[in-house]
Amino acid sequence: MALTLMKGSEAIAEAAIRAGARFFFGYPITPQTEIPEYMSARMPEVGGCYLQAESEVAAINMVYGAAGTGARVITSSSSPGVSLKQEGISYCAGAQLPCVILNVMRGGPGLGSIQASQGDYFQGVKGGGNGDYHMLTYAPASIQEAINIMMFAFDKAEKYRMPVLFLADGIIAQMMEPVEMPEMVEYKVDPEKKPWAATGWKPGDDPAKRAVINSLFINTEELSAHTDVLQAGYAEARKNEQMWETYKTEDAEIVLTAFGTVARIAKTVVDEMRAQGIKVGLFRPIAVWPYPYEPLAATVGQPGVKAVLDVEVNEGQMLEDVKLAINGAKPVHFFGHCGSLFPTTEEIRNKILEIKEGF
Amino acid sequence: MAVVFEKTNLLTDKQFHYCPGCNHGIIHRLVAEALDELHLDGNVVGVAPVGCSVFAYDYFNCDMFEAAHGRAPAVATGIKRAKPDTLVFTYQGDGDLASIGTAEIVHAAHRGEKISTIFVNNAIYGMTGGQMAPTTLIGQRTTTSPNGRDEAWCGAPIKMSEMLAAVPDSYYIERCAVNNNANIIKTKKAIKKAFQYQLEGKGFCMVEVLSTCPTNWGLSPVEALKWLEDNMIPYYPLGVYKDKGATK
Ligand SMILES: Cc1ncc(C[n+]2csc(CCOP(=O)(O)OP(=O)(O)O)c2C)c(N)n1
Ligand code: SF4
Repeated sequence: MALTLMKGSEAIAEAAIRAGARFFFGYPITPQTEIPEYMSARMPEVGGCYLQAESEVAAINMVYGAAGTGARVITSSSSPGVSLKQEGISYCAGAQLPCVILNVMRGGPGLGSIQASQGDYFQGVKGGGNGDYHMLTYAPASIQEAINIMMFAFDKAEKYRMPVLFLADGIIAQMMEPVEMPEMVEYKVDPEKKPWAATGWKPGDDPAKRAVINSLFINTEELSAHTDVLQAGYAEARKNEQMWETYKTEDAEIVLTAFGTVARIAKTVVDEMRAQGIKVGLFRPIAVWPYPYEPLAATVGQPGVKAVLDVEVNEGQMLEDVKLAINGAKPVHFFGHCGSLFPTTEEIRNKILEIKEGF
Repeated sequence: MAVVFEKTNLLTDKQFHYCPGCNHGIIHRLVAEALDELHLDGNVVGVAPVGCSVFAYDYFNCDMFEAAHGRAPAVATGIKRAKPDTLVFTYQGDGDLASIGTAEIVHAAHRGEKISTIFVNNAIYGMTGGQMAPTTLIGQRTTTSPNGRDEAWCGAPIKMSEMLAAVPDSYYIERCAVNNNANIIKTKKAIKKAFQYQLEGKGFCMVEVLSTCPTNWGLSPVEALKWLEDNMIPYYPLGVYKDKGATK
């Protein structure tokens, strides 16, 4: 198939449509505004619905409504807007509604900057909204990878009945790369497959089949039973849905950990260091929830590995998961900047040389 | 024996949890009867609020959604856009609609969203134990306005029907009450009209229903009705605030 040069935001939006999304609710915010702009033109062409909400709060609640009818629904925003969505995300998780949420991360806290960042890792994988819930959370490192993940994101969301979050950074949305766009998937709401969805129950039908899209369980035992169901889904996802990439880790002395576009900078560093005869490798989680704890522990557990260097554009948020995975077995170092300042290959190389001096 | 009255099958058999004398029960029945009379054959979805009517999903015998506090119009928007042939209604209290959910209700009206909203105004936050609402009357004592609502400190009660009637693409807005039989019949007519307009593909419709909260007003059910007549109706006049479908 031919490669086309596409901008990240438009490629991701088109991939969502190819994956069967027919409803988009959103609100403009840099650096992802090209996604709603693309959707506003493209959705009508495929018989879908683009609607500009009055706020991100409203947008995620529109997602809640449309997803409850069984449709494939997507919303997108950037950090401050995703903060506003947290209430609705928690309700979607509680009501077990499949949907896809894009966070094209920008610098924070507060209004922060409009440049790329990775500052919402905690918000994405450690909570954000209230209550015990998780989302399948993907951190693509290229536009093609974002497209590929999008093509299975709705299937996973529906299989586990949970929201899927894309933790992409502004670079993914703003850059252009040659990509291969998959064929359109034909999706139709099938009440047999989504017996929980509101598809037209009427009095006289089996009362057990009446749709009640809800996250309230006022009786503590009932809530406990409900959260047990959610937790069982998370346990299943932890078993099946870990995704990661290793790059030249087989004989590595120092293992870099990084996610998203920062991992591409780290990859360059691996090759540069190897050219100097220093054995560096890279471990990149593709899904950051469920986190690939055991694969990372196994990689770093190899006898030749002497240290780990985690690199991020934040204060070291994924670092906590890296440390949990390694559990003190090897020294873990960190390099990164907060806000939107991306580390350069030179900075990372210098940090590696500094670590090596300590050996 | 001839059957002269039957409970509508648009209500489940679940017993209401409402306090004695609370008007929520009457309003539920009117909504359900209006739906029943329209023979929608399953093409109806309701959205329950956060407030005393939070369990409305247990009472209305159709597909139901429970929305976050104030977000029912946004949830209803998502449902209606996904299922344009389905009648979608929200049922909301005054804390839900006139306070935390003002953005959602104003913009549902602004988009001319083809949904019907039943707005139950009891001038207080019932569920959380009687705090002041934006609709609480001047001088009215609540647990958070122990000396009575002071206009200089927190403004005058908000009039949602008047406000939403001013939004260009709202279609039909009426304020009713269920304090006596005549008004109950009028309220049911208004609710049915709002539903009918929606089925005809017209824009946003809202029926505000003045309602009692004897428990948090600290009054008996009978006294509460009198208080509503003496205090609420004069400030919140009943009537049609907008009807784009009215024949001139
Ligand atoms: C985000 C959020 N804030 C606050 C609450 C607490 N709360 C529950 S019901 C309610 C007020 C409801 O009052 P109203 O809408 O007037 O309905 P009523 O109970 O009087 O019928 C509040 C503040 C909540 N559930 N969610
Ligand atoms: S607290 Fe008030 S609004 Fe709530 S059920 Fe009781 S009387 Fe009705």
